[in-house]
Amino acid sequence: MMTRRAVLISGVTAAGALVVGYALWPSGRLARASRLAAKPGERFLSSWIKVADDDLVTVVVPHCDMGTGTFTALAQMAAEELDADWTKVQAQIAPPDPVFANGALVEGFLCEEANLTLNSVPFFLRAAAANASRTIADSIHLQTTGGSSALRMTGVYGMRIAAAAAREMLVKAAAARLAASPDGFRTEMSRVIHDGSGKSFGFGELAAAAARWTPSSNPRLKPKSAYRLIGRSLPRFDIPAKVSGALEYGIDASVPDLHYAAIKLARAFGGRLRSVREEAATPLRGVRKIVRLDDAIVVVADRFWRARNALEALQPTFDAGVNGAVSSQTIHASHRRALEDAKIRRHRTSGDGAAALGGAVIERNYNVPYLAHAPMEPVNATALYTPPGALEVWAGTQDALGARAFCAKTAGLPVGKVVFHPLPIGGAFGRRLPGQWNFLTYAVKTAIAVPNVPIKLLFTREEDIQHDFYRPNVTSRFRASLRPDGSPLAWVSDYTTGDDADPEAQIFYDVPNQAYGAAKVASPVPTGAWRSVASSWHGFFIESFVDELAYEAHRDPLDYRRTLLQGKPRHLAVLELAAEKSGWGAPLPERYGRGVAIVESFGTIVAHVTLVEVADSGALKVHRVTCAADCGMAINPDGFRAQIEGGVVFGLSAALYGAITIEHGAVVQRNFPDYPVVRLADCPAIEVHLHQSEGPLGGAGEPGTPPVAPSLTNAIFAATGIRIRELPVARHELRRTPPATADSI
Amino acid sequence: MTLRLQVNGQVHEVDVEPDAPLLWVIRDELKLTGTKYGCGIGVCGACTVQMNGQAVRSCTLPVASAVDADILTIEGLGASSEVQQAWIEHQVPQCGYCQSGMIMAVTALLAAKPAPTDDELAAAVTNICRCGTYPRVRAAVRAIASRKGPVR
Repeated sequence: MMTRRAVLISGVTAAGALVVGYALWPSGRLARASRLAAKPGERFLSSWIKVADDDLVTVVVPHCDMGTGTFTALAQMAAEELDADWTKVQAQIAPPDPVFANGALVEGFLCEEANLTLNSVPFFLRAAAANASRTIADSIHLQTTGGSSALRMTGVYGMRIAAAAAREMLVKAAAARLAASPDGFRTEMSRVIHDGSGKSFGFGELAAAAARWTPSSNPRLKPKSAYRLIGRSLPRFDIPAKVSGALEYGIDASVPDLHYAAIKLARAFGGRLRSVREEAATPLRGVRKIVRLDDAIVVVADRFWRARNALEALQPTFDAGVNGAVSSQTIHASHRRALEDAKIRRHRTSGDGAAALGGAVIERNYNVPYLAHAPMEPVNATALYTPPGALEVWAGTQDALGARAFCAKTAGLPVGKVVFHPLPIGGAFGRRLPGQWNFLTYAVKTAIAVPNVPIKLLFTREEDIQHDFYRPNVTSRFRASLRPDGSPLAWVSDYTTGDDADPEAQIFYDVPNQAYGAAKVASPVPTGAWRSVASSWHGFFIESFVDELAYEAHRDPLDYRRTLLQGKPRHLAVLELAAEKSGWGAPLPERYGRGVAIVESFGTIVAHVTLVEVADSGALKVHRVTCAADCGMAINPDGFRAQIEGGVVFGLSAALYGAITIEHGAVVQRNFPDYPVVRLADCPAIEVHLHQSEGPLGGAGEPGTPPVAPSLTNAIFAATGIRIRELPVARHELRRTPPATADSI
Repeated sequence: MTLRLQVNGQVHEVDVEPDAPLLWVIRDELKLTGTKYGCGIGVCGACTVQMNGQAVRSCTLPVASAVDADILTIEGLGASSEVQQAWIEHQVPQCGYCQSGMIMAVTALLAAKPAPTDDELAAAVTNICRCGTYPRVRAAVRAIASRKGPVR
């Protein structure tokens, strides 16, 4: 790790930026952190680690809580290196101040990248990096939560080191007190113990002296064999307040004299406000202010339902702007044209895919639709503008520090004039990442229009679904040629995108000639990161196509993958585990089918085997999803399993039902009845099996999602012979015919 | 117009329009924010409260129809009911936003049917959870049911 970090530091220096020292705080930084986030009797020993006089260790987490359990798991990583008594450990959210930026996250990603260009920043961070000032240096002023990064980046590159450094400082303080060598001390259960003299000290009584030492940037880390806390399914800190209803989310922000704002945005993207019947709303009870914006109308009232009723009374009209002629049909036509372009720039991953394709080519086209995030808590923010130039904002976002800067920019204020209160998040899945902050924009603009009045601006579910930043609609064309034994000789894939080529388009299968290309399209629909990002489409395309090749080769689809993964022991082990636990190959009743898919994303390899039943009527029942996953070593195995379960349900909602369609430049869907999601009745049994390996720590929040759709459509093919190449499944009629021909649709 | 509401055993007088949705009266007038807004049209269940022991979706219920009724919200359930304890034991919530409504719906079901089957649970509890906690909701309810009913 140190070698790679040394490379990183020289690279960053060449780029004129500074990312060194996130775990090595100068004393001035510690003093600032203490002012911001320490109570009397608490001391910061290193970044993110506080020790109080009563031994209580607080882990200050530079991420938001959106339900993924990272506060608990990061505390486990820190407490492990500290040798803390778990009953005396807690976690708190870091204040949105640069001193608590999670630079380790960016550094972690950069360790995996040689070139420090904007394009080497992962997609979910790109908007933030671009937003700041297009340099990596600024992107370290982030508190982003996304990319399944909290543990494998902040934890591995930051928290563990910070905690180990803090432990060394506590040992030094004890050694100084006994005038002994630090080598004679060990730590256990929040105590520093000197076996030679039999004396020991609690962390609390050493904290003040320890804080005077400088944290080491290169502390000794525990070997895995000594772990006591990592690898245990400890209960999450956040759950009790979530079952009592006491937890205050962004929507619950409590501010004196609070007013409520309801908003109606132009239906079409790029549309403008044309007219409102102000006289119809002004006399209504509780209405305080009608705020006309270029592309929206807002009513501020003393209660939310009054604001919403007044909004309806206004009968606002909008024009369709420049996108009035855009529809799903025009978007798909643009995709077809882009894929026909002979000038698609291809990336060869090995051999020469295009040249090796030859004559007998298997060609398939796939499509995935736009998708909304639809978190249960619709986006919202509370803001108070106090002239001449102070702004206070309360909101749940996936990057509090960036959100504070964004609000300042929106209001035209210096960052120092903005106080930002990060609040827990009722689901995000990418929706609250930088680049998707329209709710902050409108809240700040409304607050400025109603000075001295705190306003809580809430998107209704309809606005939330119709003004999201959507998972892109992507069309692809896959081509392959097979050797006489049925294995692929060449594999060439092209897909539509507004970005540069995604590395997720690469396959890990052993195919001698491979290439993938990005066909450029412009999307009139705003797009953004959605749980598992590019893997959500590439996973579906690749794992559908390899299944089709297996069928063409008259091979069992799991065994076909096995043959192509002989050089990939971790992938193979995950595949075998999924096969074993799902009973792959065992006879099934009539009308049942199994499908498999395996995708590596965010450092974790996941294989799902999905078991479906398709009735003669075409009615589909998903009975079971058997998951096998390798994330290296799970910090909190039950928490990891919960994330994979959630990823499966999220992916299943999308695969079965999810589709945002466009007419007249606007989203057609409005609410859950026309944007359905999985409920208890259609949720399959989900089993998660861990394959613990020596691999680096992988993510948890996202990797469970990508293999869901292909394992489902592959299972439907096995049951019916119907191959679904365009999601969602609900658009297709599933009548049962045995898989007799190569191409049944 | 002043209306009398009985929520969590306490009587409140609120000056609101009779057609104001119960959800917003509970949240904005009574400041009981454990009950959540999710869809506004009574389909997602985030706003579920109990009215005379029945689970109801408060976002579409005019407050006038709740007068004289016994309203129970998540705050009235306390923090250590059987369902809440099972939720902790099975580590059910993720983001937690839908769980107040989920817990109120499950509690109402269990009061009427102490040992529901998976199918009965799914038919009665149609609440949406975007984090996908359904397998754990099911496991927690099974655990409660197994203590109550015949072995299934």
